[in-house]
Amino acid sequence: MNIDSIYNGIVLDHITAGKSMQIYHDLELDKLDCSVAIIKNVKSNKLGRKDIIKIDQEYSVNLDVLGYIDPDITVSIIRDGETIEKKKVELPERLVNILICKNPRCITTTEQGIDHVFKLANREKRTYRCIYCEEDQQTVS
Amino acid sequence: MRHLIDPMDLDVQEIQELLELANDIIEHKDKYSEVCKGKKLATLFFEPSTRTRLSFEAAMIELGGNVLGFSSADSSSATKGESVHDTIQVVGCYADIIAMRHPKEGAPLFASLKSPVPIINAGDGGHYHPTQTLTDLLTIQREKGRLENLTIGFCGDLKFGRTVHSLIKALSRYDNIRYILISPPELQVPDYIRTEIFERNHIAYQQVERMDEVIQDLDILYMTRVQRERFFNEADYIRLKDTYILDTEKLKKARADLSILHPLPRVNEISTKVDDDPRACYFRQALNGKYVRMALIMKLLEVGGA
Ligand SMILES: [Zn+2]
Repeated sequence: MNIDSIYNGIVLDHITAGKSMQIYHDLELDKLDCSVAIIKNVKSNKLGRKDIIKIDQEYSVNLDVLGYIDPDITVSIIRDGETIEKKKVELPERLVNILICKNPRCITTTEQGIDHVFKLANREKRTYRCIYCEEDQQTVS
Repeated sequence: MRHLIDPMDLDVQEIQELLELANDIIEHKDKYSEVCKGKKLATLFFEPSTRTRLSFEAAMIELGGNVLGFSSADSSSATKGESVHDTIQVVGCYADIIAMRHPKEGAPLFASLKSPVPIINAGDGGHYHPTQTLTDLLTIQREKGRLENLTIGFCGDLKFGRTVHSLIKALSRYDNIRYILISPPELQVPDYIRTEIFERNHIAYQQVERMDEVIQDLDILYMTRVQRERFFNEADYIRLKDTYILDTEKLKKARADLSILHPLPRVNEISTKVDDDPRACYFRQALNGKYVRMALIMKLLEVGGA
């Protein structure tokens, strides 16, 4: 299966197979008016199967959101048909309004307009800690 | 600008300075009677805690300052009324420092991120109560003359007792403290205290079910309340309840220089007959709470050389 390569835009590669739709949704790629290709279940030497997303336009990716959903993704920036930059995403140190605290005793459950802020507590275990109540929360993976 | 939210916000050196200042206040009260003249402390108690609030207010008054504030009749109104954010914006305009108690965990931290004046956490749910920890440290230091080389027994509800968790954490930074944890199996300290405090720092600890087995080994006995509703069944409660009550009979085995602490209020876990024993420190401890709050207010307001 062939998808035309893009001339100016972004390629999100090495997405864990099955996660591309979530990324499409969370990065709000449906709001772009350029072409976006979602390629699912591509054979990969590294991962067995992977997903790829190609965005046919220059676009500033929210690396924190991406790193949180899937820290193994690589982001390639294509300009004039050449890859000018490859970024490896990683779990962000801090998440603002991406995770919601589930602790019913936490101030975030009652205070209007408060930012939900988490800090990375354990990189290997992918746990984040609410800065207010300090309850740990596992990221979905 | 500094706040005090978590007792661990202060390093060992800063705690030492605060305790020294508190001791100096105790010895030379007159010297400090006007250091906060013209300053206002706001006590914002979104849930009631009369003793803690009065301790803060007495502290500020003895420093020559003034107090204002409110105390909600019950904790549910805190979650229905004005937001923490708006309250802090308004009160921050006319107070120089704020002591805040709130039923929700993290509320004082959130307030500190928005506040134009220093915030002192006066208790946030089951989370932190740093001025209680400072009170405990001052009491241990005054009673024992040191904060290291001690055998400390914690007795009662060690699972839900935040004062115990905070004090264990704070003491883990001092040398050669032995911990003896006296509780029913269902009320033992949470796992994170065992793994993140004791095991990570290679600190010796012992878990036992009965106070009378270990009371003779203790320099300090820190008593807490055991609530009936924390037990899984009535039979266990009846079997164990007297084990966690300190009376003159159990005290016979204890050392002459034991210090008995309790964060108060007590229900029945210390017999009132123990009150007259010189080893009972809990009323002196309550008084120390006022002095350590005086020292803390001075430090955060940066007055009187603190
Ligand atoms: Zn929280």
